[in-house]
Parts: sequence; structure tokens; C-alpha cells
Amino acid sequence: MHLPAIVPWGVADGFSKQMLLVILSVVIIATFFLLAARKQQLVPGKLQFAGEAAYGFVRNSIAKDIIGGKDFIKYVPLLFSLFFFILVNNIYGAIPVIQLPSFSHVGGAYVLAAIVYFTWIGIGVKKNGLKYFKLATVPSGVPVYILPIVIPIEIISNFLVRPVTHSLRLFATMLAGHLIVMIAGSGIEYLVMQENILLKGTSVLVLVGAIAMYMLEALIMALQAYVFTLLTAIYIEGALHADSH
Amino acid sequence: MNQMIISAATEGAEAANPLVPNLWEMGVVLAGFVVLFYIVVKFVVPMFEKTFAERAEAIEGGIAKAEKAQAEASAALEEYKQQLTDARAEANRIREEARAEGAQILADLKEKAAAESARITAQAQTQIESERQAAVVSLRTEVGTLATTLASRIVGESLSDDARAARVVDRFLADLETQNAGVAK
Repeated sequence: MHLPAIVPWGVADGFSKQMLLVILSVVIIATFFLLAARKQQLVPGKLQFAGEAAYGFVRNSIAKDIIGGKDFIKYVPLLFSLFFFILVNNIYGAIPVIQLPSFSHVGGAYVLAAIVYFTWIGIGVKKNGLKYFKLATVPSGVPVYILPIVIPIEIISNFLVRPVTHSLRLFATMLAGHLIVMIAGSGIEYLVMQENILLKGTSVLVLVGAIAMYMLEALIMALQAYVFTLLTAIYIEGALHADSH
Repeated sequence: MNQMIISAATEGAEAANPLVPNLWEMGVVLAGFVVLFYIVVKFVVPMFEKTFAERAEAIEGGIAKAEKAQAEASAALEEYKQQLTDARAEANRIREEARAEGAQILADLKEKAAAESARITAQAQTQIESERQAAVVSLRTEVGTLATTLASRIVGESLSDDARAARVVDRFLADLETQNAGVAK
């Protein structure tokens, strides 16, 4: 699945298109929000309004609603960066010519999931001390004789499976979407090249299906960015309030 | 073209398991995310939060200002109402006072006029009395002279002798007075 590198051309371990797109996404996001936030006015202009709506979505609908309390604002930068970094990198897959969601390469998803993993564990330990690991793995109100079963399940689900699912969910949906679009594209091309006119005509059906899949993929791209960020907020909230769970 | 894609795909599948990451890509994503995170923490979030806070303050400040203005307006209204009531009471009081004062003045004037009229009457009476006395005195002299002259003419006797004349007049007057007294009785 790895595209050939740009520099040096054609070598798999060089500077690839995916890397260029990741860097470009940082430039796009930073430019947009710095421009939108540059001239701050109480009555916003169009650009500022768009920026505020985007910022307010992460701030209020994700950070404030999930984490809540007074200190949700501390985690807004992380959630905001994650959401737009993933969103822009996913949307690449829906843009003609580019058509490469950056997280269809698993490395980026691992990196982000790892950042989130260490962040919520760090928050939990900072908030509750080393007792946090006990709070996170020993649920309160469970009969003692069930604990030997519950504790391993909690350890596995919270500390081992969670980062894996967190990264693979993003990666797999992006890869699948990418593959479907590619397969539909080459399928159409293959059918159009056929001599038989009826067989050639079926390419229209594939085209219709491909457009529907493309719409679905565009939805999933935005949705996965939201899901990834939402799960991050839920993990942070869980770490912050481990003693009340 | 088709062949190329298929061959590329099969080559890719042979070359790499999709779950094995490319370390360089991981590095680029990490570096990109760190740079983005830095920009967001340093600039984007503070800028937006500042505006949000300012806007909230502007709205809350506006509400507070409006409430203050309203309170001031109702206080002013209360004050005006109070002043109006006071003014009405004052006007009533002044009217009552004026009425009382007017009555007082009228009574005073009446009294003064009565006194004055009494005084004038008394004065007139005194004057009349004195004038009457003066008239009586002058009449007495006149009448004496006239009577004497008349009598001397009638009698032909010179009554130039004053003593005698005076005696005659006095006697005459005394007679007259006794007559008058008799008539008066």
C-alpha cells in the first residue's frame, strides 16, 4: 500500500506523498485558524465566524460536554489539534487527485493513539497518584469472588486493547475507504475497456455505486475524526474522575 | 494502466503488511502533530478564548448596564412621583393657609373699619357739639347786639351806656332762657 517516495523518486523508504500531505495539513490548519483568529472582533466576520464555529464545536460539544467541570479548558488544545489534524488528513481521501487519507498508513494512527494513551495515563497518575492503577482496574461495588475475573478483563481492556482499537479504528476505516475508492476506480476502468458493449455499460452501475461509496467515505472521514477525538475526551474524563467510577 | 495497478498492488502486498508502520511516516506525523499542537496551544486557543471571554463580558456587561439604567429610571420615577405628591400636599397646604389668612385679614379689616367708623362718628359728634357751643356763644353776642340795637330803636332810648345795655341784655337773655326752659319742659 505504500506509495513510491517523492525524494528519492520511487524508493519506498524516502520522502513519500503521505509525508508531504501530513506537513501540508499542519500548514493548512495553522494558516486557517491563525487567519481566523488574527483579527478578533466581538462581532465576527465570515472567516472569524467559521473559525469560531469550528473551535466552538470541539470546545463545547466535545471537551465541555464530556470532560465538563472547570478544567476542561486545559484539554481543549489537545482535542482541538487532534480533531482538525485527523479531519484534514482524512478529507484528503475525498479530494480528487490527492485521494490519500494520511491515516490509511498505519504509522500516523499509532503515533496519535500513543500520544493519547500516555496523556490519559499521565493525567490519571497526576490526579490520583499510583493508586490510579488500582482505581482503573478494580471496579467498586463488585463482589470479591468476581474480582479475579474482572481485574484481568479491566487491565486488558483499559491498558492493552484500548490504544490498539483506538489507532486501528481510524486506520482501518481510512484504509478500507481508500481501497474501495481505488477498487471502484480500477473496476470502472476495466469495464470501460471491454469490447462487449453490454459489459462496457455495466461500468455505469459501478460508477453509481462508487459515487455512493464516495459520499459514505466522506461521511466516515469526518465521523472518524470526531470519534477519535470523542474517545480521547472520554479517556481523559475517565482518568480525571477515576475515583467516582 | 490496469496491469500496472494490479502489479503495483501485488508488489505492495508482498512488500509490506499494512499493520507494520513506516518509521519515517510515524516521525513525520509526530513532528507535524507536535508543531500543530504548539501553534494551537500558543496562539489559536488563547486568541479564541480571549474573544469568547470578551464577548461574554460584553453581553453580561450590557445586561448589567441595562439593569442599572432600568433601576435608575425607576428610582427617578419614584422620586418624581414623590415630588409630585409633595408638591400637591404643599399646594393644598398653601391654599389652606391662604384661605385662613384671607379670612383673618377680612376679619381684621372688618374690625378696623368698625373701629374707624365709630371713631369718625364720635369725632363728628364732638365737632358738632363744639360747633353748636360756638354758635350758641356767637349767637348770644349777636343776638345781644341786635336786640340792643333793635330795642334802642324801639325804645328810642340810647342804650349807649354799655353797662346799662349789658344789664338789659342779660335780663332779656335770662328771660329767654327761662322761656326756653319752660318750652323744653
